[in-house]
Amino acid sequence: MNDLHGIGVASGRVSGPVAAMPPPIGEPAEDGQLEEGPDRDRAVALLESSSSAVGAELSARAVAAREAGRDDAAEVLEATAMMALDATLLGEAKTRIGQGSRPERAVWEAAGQVAEQLSSLGGYMAERVRDVQDVRDRLVAELTGRPAPGIPVREDPFVLVARDLAPADTATLDPSKVAALVTEQGGPTSHTAILARALGLPAVVAVAGATDLVDGTWVLVDGAQGTVVIDPTEEQRGTAAAAQAPTSLAVAGGTSDGHRVGLYANVGDPSGIEEAVAAGAEGVGLFRTEFCFLDRAEAPSVDEQVAAYERVFAAFGGHRVVVRTLDAGADKPLPFVTSDDEPNPALGVRGLRTAQRSPQVLQDQLTAIARAAAGSDAEVWVMAPMVATAEEASAFAEQAHGAGLPTAGVMVEVPSAALTADLVLAACDFASIGTNDLAQYTMAADRQLGVLATLNDPWQPALLRLIAMTAEAGTRTGRAVGVCGEAAADPLLACVLVGLGVTSLSMTPRALPAVGAALAELTLACCAELAEAAVSSESPAAARESVASILNRSP
Amino acid sequence: MPERRAVVASKVGLHARPAALFAKAAADQPVEVTVAVPGVDGGPDRGPVAASSILGLMTLGAKHGEEVVLAAEGEGAEAALDSLAELIAQAADA
Repeated sequence: MNDLHGIGVASGRVSGPVAAMPPPIGEPAEDGQLEEGPDRDRAVALLESSSSAVGAELSARAVAAREAGRDDAAEVLEATAMMALDATLLGEAKTRIGQGSRPERAVWEAAGQVAEQLSSLGGYMAERVRDVQDVRDRLVAELTGRPAPGIPVREDPFVLVARDLAPADTATLDPSKVAALVTEQGGPTSHTAILARALGLPAVVAVAGATDLVDGTWVLVDGAQGTVVIDPTEEQRGTAAAAQAPTSLAVAGGTSDGHRVGLYANVGDPSGIEEAVAAGAEGVGLFRTEFCFLDRAEAPSVDEQVAAYERVFAAFGGHRVVVRTLDAGADKPLPFVTSDDEPNPALGVRGLRTAQRSPQVLQDQLTAIARAAAGSDAEVWVMAPMVATAEEASAFAEQAHGAGLPTAGVMVEVPSAALTADLVLAACDFASIGTNDLAQYTMAADRQLGVLATLNDPWQPALLRLIAMTAEAGTRTGRAVGVCGEAAADPLLACVLVGLGVTSLSMTPRALPAVGAALAELTLACCAELAEAAVSSESPAAARESVASILNRSP
Repeated sequence: MPERRAVVASKVGLHARPAALFAKAAADQPVEVTVAVPGVDGGPDRGPVAASSILGLMTLGAKHGEEVVLAAEGEGAEAALDSLAELIAQAADA
């Protein structure tokens, strides 16, 4: 069998046996009417015992999650356990069995009816449809004696191979058991890719033929090259092991000729700090604050926020911490700032735009950041997400300065902000490029859609040109321009970004050693040459190839 | 049949988390309790659904500020209705 190729989205080389996600549970056939009498009674009994078994399994997992301190996951599991035992669902299913349906078909239709009702309510209820479908699939699997959907359970670490991973799957993914991820669908900024980088797992997505891999087959996954080598030699396995070596940034970030580049960590909540410190991050380039706000009906108090921010600032005393203000909307709705009836949430009221509707939420957050900053010796910067115009940048900077935060900048995620970067940077103190959103808005391609993965590839020349424009404006105005999107975590692309004039890179902590090592091997002039080649390539593949050939030419 | 009316206090309505808490409390009662949302301006009522069913409650789609009608019959019905009506009227968001 030939080796497989896809898009490498999280670097690292690792080998292990394949364990495939069980195939999705398909719709059970309508045929096979049950006769009145004992057949139907047995079907009802089987439905009841299956419901108890699935409910008990989900409850046990909820308890385990609770004990592991993963309260959010526990809550989701508790609710799904209740759904598996739910009287409405079982009642509907029993009615159908009473009309002669097989139990798996009855459950499928009953769950479908509930899901339809939830969908018609829209908003948050519609988002629960997935939970209902998950419960439905578990019940159908139990009723038909098939493996439960979800991540396989194995004694030893394995390479997880799937068509795609859903957030519900990844919530239960154990990084000590999963050595690498290979998916047939998904793109460079899909949920799977971001998760892989957050967990530091090598991952290759959009791999045609991945789901044909047989369980137990030994594979070597190279997340930098985007390859899956089938039955690797002993020698290849050896290099895979060796490639896992450094776990912390060896030297201060910069090129071989001494051009300094800040290498920072992205931190999603205070519990991520330890990893960032352990990886040797020079600071935090993107401190996401949504953790403070999610799963709540009302905004947290100023005091509550101060306490959360202080933990992060304390860990990075003397270093820079760039705090991003609340980025709600689109895939992160929050009842107190976002609306649930937008036809197109990615283009709706999200990020800084929510501050127009709920100005107090932003004001309170800036107050809390300023107060936490005052009590620490971290160099605290603050930036707003989803800024489209210089006017917005100016208003935000003014508000932040007024709150006592001297350095206020903006995320460049909307193409208009990159196109007017000179004006935007004149209106505030710095910019940080969020390559995931900038890619999807530039290419008009939903980043969650696997079929559009190539359009969302961070090596797209159009994306690189917008980054170049922003970085040039930064050089002209003397403002810092960082990249905090996942593009910064790709060691080769990181060198290209530095060549484009980016002054700092912020990424998942696990990527820091590899990016730092790659950068330290090249001169700034070489990075500029790579950048020039990448922006003038006609496709992401051509860009990678031309960059690789330049590097191969000059060792 | 004994009834209680209560206004949904939860800011997010009776969805996922509040519904789970409410369904759990309803399942602990000695009687079967139902929940309905009366129709406004002559519109049709929604429900009733079993109060102990998280999916039933979610499909009811009771929003913040909406009035719901709880009903139950039998021994302990009055006390059960009182405690559940109180739960609806308290914001269970935390």
